[in-house]
Amino acid sequence: MSNVRLLPYADFLGVRIDGLSDKGDGAPLLAMPFSEGLIGGPGRLHGGAIAGLLEIAAIAAIDATLEDEGQNARSIFKPITVTVDFMRPGLFVDTYARGEVIRIGNRVANVMVEAWQDDPARPIAAARMNLAISAPAANEG
Amino acid sequence: MSQSEPAPTETFDPAAILTKARMGHHVALGLRYVAHGDDWCEGALDYDRRLVSDPVSGILASGPIVSMMDTLATIAVWIKRGGRAPQATLDLRVDYLRPAKPGESVFGRAECYRLTRRIAFIRGIAHDGDASDPVAHVAGTFMLSER
Repeated sequence: MSNVRLLPYADFLGVRIDGLSDKGDGAPLLAMPFSEGLIGGPGRLHGGAIAGLLEIAAIAAIDATLEDEGQNARSIFKPITVTVDFMRPGLFVDTYARGEVIRIGNRVANVMVEAWQDDPARPIAAARMNLAISAPAANEG
Repeated sequence: MSQSEPAPTETFDPAAILTKARMGHHVALGLRYVAHGDDWCEGALDYDRRLVSDPVSGILASGPIVSMMDTLATIAVWIKRGGRAPQATLDLRVDYLRPAKPGESVFGRAECYRLTRRIAFIRGIAHDGDASDPVAHVAGTFMLSER
């Protein structure tokens, strides 16, 4: 977890690290407390803000896998595709997200991310993210 | 994105959704209105260091681009539906073709290319000045509720 660094964009959304994922893989649990800047419409969070949280959680999950503390996931992994599914409206409460690295190969990393509010079993959104690995120093699967 | 239903007599002005907004996520992002047509809407995000993914490279995070495209697509669907009506993003896929140039504004254009009773299909691109050299391609669907 010492490797995990959040991006400046995470500060913009108000995203912070809220402990470790309960999956035991070292990935952090992220929290995005409700704030006015996240509002999309009456009574709902903006889907883009939720997608932003999912992206940050994906990067943080990859960060947690890097062995070398000097490495920074943002300089090594570049997003290629992001696919976000929205299952439920985001309400004006805190949102949580955690990423799970499915595979890190030589060239591509695949990450699954879920976001929820009151109940982790009732996700409000999920994303699949494929990232290109641009430096040979990255962990090889 | 929105549940609001203005009175039927109120005329629908796609530009006003961006130019008259005083709060919310797209105001926080600084999304500005550029243009719109029969089934599309264009907007722009001026470069903002708060939105970068990596302070060293200064490259914009992908999240703000997703937010911009979601908002522009929402408006494009409303234009095609003839006004604001309840709808929700079902899915969005973004292909990142290359990083946006640090310091440059990013423009987005979203088009609602097909509307059924329940679903709206959208596509769009984001670019940093040259629409023939996009930064990202976007495709998505919206679930529509009755007005």
